[in-house]
Amino acid sequence: MGVTSEQRSAVEARGVTKVFGHGADAVRALDDVSIRIHENEFFTLLGPSGCGKTTLLRLIAGFELPSEGEILLDGEPVGHLPPNRRPVNTVFQSYALFPHMTVRQNIAFGLEMRGVERSKINPTVDEMLQLVQLAGYGARRPSQLSGGQQQRVALARALANHPKVLLLDEPLSALDLKLRQGMRVELKNLQQQTGITFIFVTHDQEEALTMSDRIAVMDRGQIQQLGDPNEIYEQPINRFVADFIGDTNFISARVVASDGGRARCRSESGLEFDCAAIDNTQVGRDVTLALRPEKIRLAKSEASAGATVVHATYVGTDTNYVVALSDESRLEVRVQNALDGHARFRVGDRVSIDVPPGAARMLVD
Amino acid sequence: MVDAIIRHRTSRRLNLRYQPGFGTLAFLCLFMLYAPIVVLIVFSFNDNRSVAVWTEFSTDWYVSAFHNEGIRAAAWVSLKLATVATIVATVIATAAALATTRTRSFRGMTTAYLVINQPLMVPEIVTAVATLSFFALLRAEAGIYFGFGNLVIAHTVFCIPFAYMPIRARLEDMNLTLEEAAADLYANAWQTFYRVTLPLLVPGIAAGAMLAFIVSFDDVIITVFVAGPGETTLPIYIFGAIRRGVTPEINAISTIVLGVSVLFVTLFYFISRRGRNR
Amino acid sequence: MANVSDTRSTALKRTAGAVRADHIIAEQESRQRRRRWVLLSPALIAICVFGILPLFIIVMYSFLTPGNYAGVKWEFSTDAYVQFLFERDIFDESVRVFTTDYLEIYWRSFQLAAFSTVAALIFGFPAAYFMATRPPETRNLWVFLFTLPFWTNLLIRTYSMLIIIRDEGLVNITLQKVGIIEQPMVILFTDFAVGLGLLYSYLPFMVLPIYASLEKVDFRLVEAGFDLYASRFRVLWRIIIPLAKPGIIAGCILVFIPALGAFITPIMLGGGKNLMIGNLISLQFGSSRNWPFGSAAALILMAFVMIALMFYVRTTTRGKAMGHG
Repeated sequence: MGVTSEQRSAVEARGVTKVFGHGADAVRALDDVSIRIHENEFFTLLGPSGCGKTTLLRLIAGFELPSEGEILLDGEPVGHLPPNRRPVNTVFQSYALFPHMTVRQNIAFGLEMRGVERSKINPTVDEMLQLVQLAGYGARRPSQLSGGQQQRVALARALANHPKVLLLDEPLSALDLKLRQGMRVELKNLQQQTGITFIFVTHDQEEALTMSDRIAVMDRGQIQQLGDPNEIYEQPINRFVADFIGDTNFISARVVASDGGRARCRSESGLEFDCAAIDNTQVGRDVTLALRPEKIRLAKSEASAGATVVHATYVGTDTNYVVALSDESRLEVRVQNALDGHARFRVGDRVSIDVPPGAARMLVD
Repeated sequence: MVDAIIRHRTSRRLNLRYQPGFGTLAFLCLFMLYAPIVVLIVFSFNDNRSVAVWTEFSTDWYVSAFHNEGIRAAAWVSLKLATVATIVATVIATAAALATTRTRSFRGMTTAYLVINQPLMVPEIVTAVATLSFFALLRAEAGIYFGFGNLVIAHTVFCIPFAYMPIRARLEDMNLTLEEAAADLYANAWQTFYRVTLPLLVPGIAAGAMLAFIVSFDDVIITVFVAGPGETTLPIYIFGAIRRGVTPEINAISTIVLGVSVLFVTLFYFISRRGRNR
Repeated sequence: MANVSDTRSTALKRTAGAVRADHIIAEQESRQRRRRWVLLSPALIAICVFGILPLFIIVMYSFLTPGNYAGVKWEFSTDAYVQFLFERDIFDESVRVFTTDYLEIYWRSFQLAAFSTVAALIFGFPAAYFMATRPPETRNLWVFLFTLPFWTNLLIRTYSMLIIIRDEGLVNITLQKVGIIEQPMVILFTDFAVGLGLLYSYLPFMVLPIYASLEKVDFRLVEAGFDLYASRFRVLWRIIIPLAKPGIIAGCILVFIPALGAFITPIMLGGGKNLMIGNLISLQFGSSRNWPFGSAAALILMAFVMIALMFYVRTTTRGKAMGHG
């Protein structure tokens, strides 16, 4: 292949397309997708149902073959390898624990299949049980475990084989909130401890933001944006990403001044925003701006015209306001309650809006 | 006063669960179905030969039935036949179920399904004479005669769909993800089948085998036509005996045969229920 | 961090790897196909050779002439079918006389099968309805109780009926003891006995499909949607029975077809005088030594069965197409 080790990624997809079905009923689950996932990385595929993230995962695992393009593991194409010959392991959404085997036998399964000696299997299984904090549960059957415990067995079963890459297909979706939050931390620690590349699939953007080194946001078979959590959140590239991650206000505005990398835009409601310009921002152009609710600052205003608070919702750490502007459009604003000097606004209060420079982001259409 | 009437009316909803006379008819049906059998069983323990007047409890008829050479030989033939037919039919049906379940629709799937179920769609008398003719033709024209094997073949063929159904049902209940997990954990096709699919399929296979056994053990019509000399099965013996005249031994042996069926059906129910809980 | 360039690589659209992928998919699919037919072949071969081929054999036989002792002689003849309607005159072999003997047998079989079907419906529908409206735990017990007889030996069940209705049987003895009758009632060896036997044999086949249909009905919905003053009877007739139609039709077919081809019941309870189609066929392969005629009779029976089956398929698929299913 002639690639140097710096260019080799743990997992690479090149021009991968996957089509299900034929003719008029054909579904394009993945459309010309290319990504490189680095070693020892916690990489997340994030997107709504049907965006292709699970399909991509299954292509990497080998349960499906791409219609076009190829998958490479460690720089080598693996298209010809069935799942049982690829050095990757999967944690399934439904855990897929073998119901007729004990926890021990489940965890030992991969090692047995690879022909590891009996004497080496037992210590490894013990080690894994310790790792997922299920020591002593070895003799139980999956049906005797809680959801969270089953999930940890599924994890141990996959990790026991020390794969190069671990694939996780929405493993936390069946757990309740507290458990999910706890597992997020555990998974992140596990990844850092073992140094294995984790490829994590989820539709929960909070999960993605908290756990990942890098995130690929997907929609309708294509990658919308690839970057680390900060980039994805602060600098969404298009409307889909801005909308999918966190809450966003979308504001139509017109460019009134442009100077190098910065532009000033004015909305119908008279608000002005300073933001980073993207290519071709000539004066007079209509653009869409994305503005996060927590970046807007409110202050009591005596002016008779302007913005009015129409909703106020207390959610513990913050208060969410909906503010109606002069042109009938609405803005969602989030203010931290613990902030000093935060005056609580009530419905009907007149407020002035202040948006710091750079807070609004111009979106690619 | 008016309020009370309105309240009374609005509280009286149409309760469709109760239909006059339906419950009675249901119990009547059950009675109709079981009464003759119960009479048979009860009177098989009757001390005198009548099946209408009860004298006292006695297991004499069972004892004499047990000592009857003809009955013993027939029971043995039935057992041999049912066991062989069940084993062969179950193996064949398992393979067929594996091939036709949990798979995308393939060309010839409906035809295959129709073929597998063909024995169920033809009236037994037609199957019986067709099979007889076929074996007669084979023997006359080609000298091919399997002896007892003829009967085994005939039984196996109609047992296949009965074994097939429960196995297919069980297979459909099983999640394909488990096999994917096995492959993900480095198992090849054979290991996946042997370590994951087969153990989980066993309740279905057992249920199918139960049904096949019952159906073969109880068969009369096809056996009457296809069986050769010396191949008297228990139902054939009973059939012949009845036509010669009703005797109490027949009651005893009939009860035993009934018992065998009931035993297997109950086993079948338990196996199916347990399998579904997995 | 070049976000955009990572996601689009038009230059690499069709690499050598892509061509390999198609080829591997095709290879995998053909391997799957081969495995499938290997697994299916024992069942298909067994049933085609020993189940379907014999049917063709008797078609062939129906066009041959009877052999001297048994079996057939290889001479083509349509005698078997002609014989169905026209018998050879006993005095002059070359003359054919129209006979209704065999038609009568078929007609009697139809009547008996129809009688048992209707009776099964009259008894079976209320029973199924009752079962479907019980609470779930009781329901399973009922289903078990109705299914159990199906799996017991038909011969023995018919025998148990025989010993009850014969002249020295329980029914007669009891009625005589109680004083209702003087002489034993002749029940056995009548058409009625056969009909009763058929009803007894196949009642579960009517109850279970109707139960399956009715179980899907949400009675609370029907109850709630109805005006207080609508009568129970009208709801039953107008709403519930149409909903149960697939089960009713299935039940009727499942009773009628086996009843039509019944063999054991008429022999044991009819005594050889009240022949049904099954007995007629059996005789030809036995003492009458007329295999071609027996084959023809069997095929005519098959034809009626196929018609009934096709009718069933037509009504159920049409029902599904109209959204009733």
